[in-house]
Amino acid sequence: MGNFLPSTPEERQEMLGALGLKSVREFFRDVPEEVYREEPLNLPAGKSELEVARYLKALSEENKQYHLILRGAGAYDHYIPSIVKYIPAKEEFLTAYTPYQAEISQGILQSIFEYQTMICELTGMDVSNASVYDGATAAAEGVSMCRSRKRTVTLVSGAAHPDVIATIRTYLYGVGTELKIVPVRDGKTDLEALKAMLTPDVSSVYFAQPNFFGQLEDSEALIAAAHEAGAMVVMGCNPISLAVLKTPGELGADVAVGEGQPLGMPLAYGGPYLGFMATTKKNMRSLPGRIVGETRDANGNRAFVLSLQAREQHIRREKASSNICSNEALCALTAGLYLATMGPEGLKEAARQCMAKAHYLAAELSRLPGVSLPNPGPFFHEFVTALPKQDEVLKKLDEAGILGGLPVEGGLLWCVTEKASKADLDKTVAIVKEVLA
Amino acid sequence: MEHLNYQFSRSHEWVKEEDGLTWVGISDFAQNALGDVVFINLPEVGDEVTAGDPFGDVESVKAVSDLVSPVTGTVAEINEELLDSPELLNSAPYETWIIKVENVTDTEELLSAAAYDAFCETEE
Amino acid sequence: MKLIFEKSRKGHSVSVLPPLDVETVSLPAGMDRESALRLPELSETEISRHYKELVDQVYGVNNGFYPLGSCTMKYNPRIDEEMASLPGFTGIHPLAPAEATAGCRKVLKEAAELLGEISGMDAMTFQPAAGAHGEFTGVMLIKQYHASRGDVNRTKIIVPDSAHGTNPATAAMCGFDVVNIASAPNGCVDLEALKAALGDDTAGLMLTNPNTVGLFDPNILEITRLVHEAGGLCYYDGANLNAVMGRVRPGDMGFDCVHMNLHKTFATPHGGGGPGAGAVGCKAFLKGFLPGSALMGDGAPIQVRSFAGNFLVVLRALAYILMLGREGIPEACETALLNANYLQMKMREIFTPAFDRLCMHEFVLDLSDYKKETGVSALDVAKGLIDFGIHPPTMYFPLIVHEALMLEPTETEDRETLDRVAEIFAAVKQQGIDDPESLHTAPHKAPIGRPDEVGAARNPIVRAEL
Repeated sequence: MGNFLPSTPEERQEMLGALGLKSVREFFRDVPEEVYREEPLNLPAGKSELEVARYLKALSEENKQYHLILRGAGAYDHYIPSIVKYIPAKEEFLTAYTPYQAEISQGILQSIFEYQTMICELTGMDVSNASVYDGATAAAEGVSMCRSRKRTVTLVSGAAHPDVIATIRTYLYGVGTELKIVPVRDGKTDLEALKAMLTPDVSSVYFAQPNFFGQLEDSEALIAAAHEAGAMVVMGCNPISLAVLKTPGELGADVAVGEGQPLGMPLAYGGPYLGFMATTKKNMRSLPGRIVGETRDANGNRAFVLSLQAREQHIRREKASSNICSNEALCALTAGLYLATMGPEGLKEAARQCMAKAHYLAAELSRLPGVSLPNPGPFFHEFVTALPKQDEVLKKLDEAGILGGLPVEGGLLWCVTEKASKADLDKTVAIVKEVLA
Repeated sequence: MEHLNYQFSRSHEWVKEEDGLTWVGISDFAQNALGDVVFINLPEVGDEVTAGDPFGDVESVKAVSDLVSPVTGTVAEINEELLDSPELLNSAPYETWIIKVENVTDTEELLSAAAYDAFCETEE
Repeated sequence: MKLIFEKSRKGHSVSVLPPLDVETVSLPAGMDRESALRLPELSETEISRHYKELVDQVYGVNNGFYPLGSCTMKYNPRIDEEMASLPGFTGIHPLAPAEATAGCRKVLKEAAELLGEISGMDAMTFQPAAGAHGEFTGVMLIKQYHASRGDVNRTKIIVPDSAHGTNPATAAMCGFDVVNIASAPNGCVDLEALKAALGDDTAGLMLTNPNTVGLFDPNILEITRLVHEAGGLCYYDGANLNAVMGRVRPGDMGFDCVHMNLHKTFATPHGGGGPGAGAVGCKAFLKGFLPGSALMGDGAPIQVRSFAGNFLVVLRALAYILMLGREGIPEACETALLNANYLQMKMREIFTPAFDRLCMHEFVLDLSDYKKETGVSALDVAKGLIDFGIHPPTMYFPLIVHEALMLEPTETEDRETLDRVAEIFAAVKQQGIDDPESLHTAPHKAPIGRPDEVGAARNPIVRAEL
């Protein structure tokens, strides 16, 4: 049996004796007899470390590890530099609590401050929080922070990720705010429909750039329409794409949110991921979650603290705008580390390679008989193909160790990152070609 | 005593009448209890306030406290200077109004300065 | 310390990617980023040293005693980290076909079964990423349950005034009005106050048991019965589950749904504030309202985030539970209680316990009298402890005790450590009597002195100037 107790039963009996007690049962004296369980629960017997390691390793091998992943849809298979894996595994980073005691937590606090700065740089916004759970909750918190008494409707683009829409829907259902979905046209948010829906009671509009189908939205027009109607804009972003795409800050968005997983976090069957959130100076105090601020210590030296805490649940309680407490601090540290490792040129190169390789695969696939790209607009690193024998295509790719595009309405949604080589993509096209022949 | 002509609520707001408006601030006792004020959430001009109900709040580093309106009426002015300089509430509580209210239809029972000082002693 | 941006030197870089082997593509006109991307430029050596400098200014569980009440800072086993870095788990796409993810799904299924047994619940979701997120999910179950029955006038959630701030904040996020009820003098639920608050507008009660002063509420069965009689549901905040695991189950106490902080009770690391995982369990009659199967007003299922949750955190918790097993789980719990009571006994000679009796996994000291005598506050004492190399306890919580210090030693400390900690507290107490000024300005040996928090809040600097 595994056991992390630094004491023997005899030592513990001595401690009990010091307390004047005979049995640990006495600690439970306030527990009603009928709910105290003398007999062990129906759990397996404890195992040694070696047994558990062997067992879980075997479970991991029941998963299929693909040589090439051409599927994104919210979880992206980017290359993670080695140093980005090792530094967050340092025991102090790993095991520290939330840095409420600033004097012995400067390392964590500074890492978050640097992360906040990098998120501001990526998004072009003024203020970033220290993270929320993931991209979907970032979007939900983003539209929540835009609510007002007078404006009670939230509009969400139908071209947003389905999980994002469902999460926003859940958060808004909680507080009773109405959600309306803006229709999709040719794989993009329908601008004319949006304009018609922008009534004076709309508090905010959420759309993603690039959107769920990989398409690049006409952000400028969407934002202009929203602002003209007095609504705020929450813009979902892919952080890698921000190295090359016009930023939410440049576009005038009010809140920028997104899934930070591409910044050095593994796919890991969905988590832990990282929700990033940034906004303008004007909206700083509406931002949920922790924020690290710079100040001075008693000796005049630079110091970092958790700041603006009176916004948060532990002080404001039922009047807090969000209940978030634990966030994804270690993932934020990882993202900061990833961005520092890639550097400005490395991140731009990763973005350019994603885009170039996705376009290469799209072009090569659409050359095949029966394959078409139903969405006509520009895209970043994801695109939809309509193609015959979809299931068989995926099966053959799977047999070759390739995870093909995700079945969505209208076809397969493919994603290509910098990890794929031309040879990988040529092999993929050859397999598809063979199936379709 | 700089606040002799003011009246006070039991929730530690002061009230005075000037220029046909009701000025509202917080007492020296209140600012002392709060500690360093770091931010204030103000209502908007035109908002209705109700005697006995919160109209905003003040934040210190580790606490937040409601500002309770001593009167019912409409907010005519807000002191926007406080958004940048909340420390004025600490340094000069009786010279620092927070809101001015018009169309006052109701006022809660207020204390004179002397009665309020006595009340504060029981609060210690 | 210098910021990473201040160490940046133009042209320094890490060689990560091969050259592009297909044709480059340009963005359509007008879509290019215009502003410079001012990320730091460093070599790998420089990055490695920067983070070494940072990590040297972090205090983790492995550094020493970490008695944060309500946070359960127990030792985080290394084997869990090794399991969480297996490529067969880290490389799995959440939307890969079912047959390619059999191992991940078995991990979740097995963890759900084991945690269901520990909590006495019938169904489980791992979607919530943290405790507060679990609370949100759990209270949404309550909301949907009443809505599904057309019982739409249940608009209130009852929360004791000793509760974590997340409880009332959660209820408000779910659209409920919060009814705060005052605790009885013994720190437990005041039954009369509860009865007075209950009615046909009660949606539910959120409760931690043992509560935030470390006491098990002896009226727990009466409490849950009263809430049920009024037509409400009972939510168990699992923050303090370590105090009862293996011996008492929330489900047996009458709770309908529960969240468990896997990063507290089940030893997954806190990561400097996250990621955690807030597994939510419920009784069978609420199963249909869980994410994935639940129906909101418009017929859509609730979803609280993307995909299946913080999978690697659940995996670590599974490894921990498998190692402890049916004997180790209650043994860990009982040792946590023993350590807390042993330390409280030692502390009683130094400071005043807020509730002087046997406690569960944690206890609260009340330094009000000490502050009156010396002018030294709980905050000053906490900062003084830092100079002795231990992490301060939770301060000023729960709100019902003034000058509170809340200690939870957990089971992964030995007697020698607890004895030494008591000596340190005694030394700090004496320091406050002899030289109070030295505690007003403590710590003196930490990397920084006390930061100016007022200045930080009045003039927020929340990003570096580049």
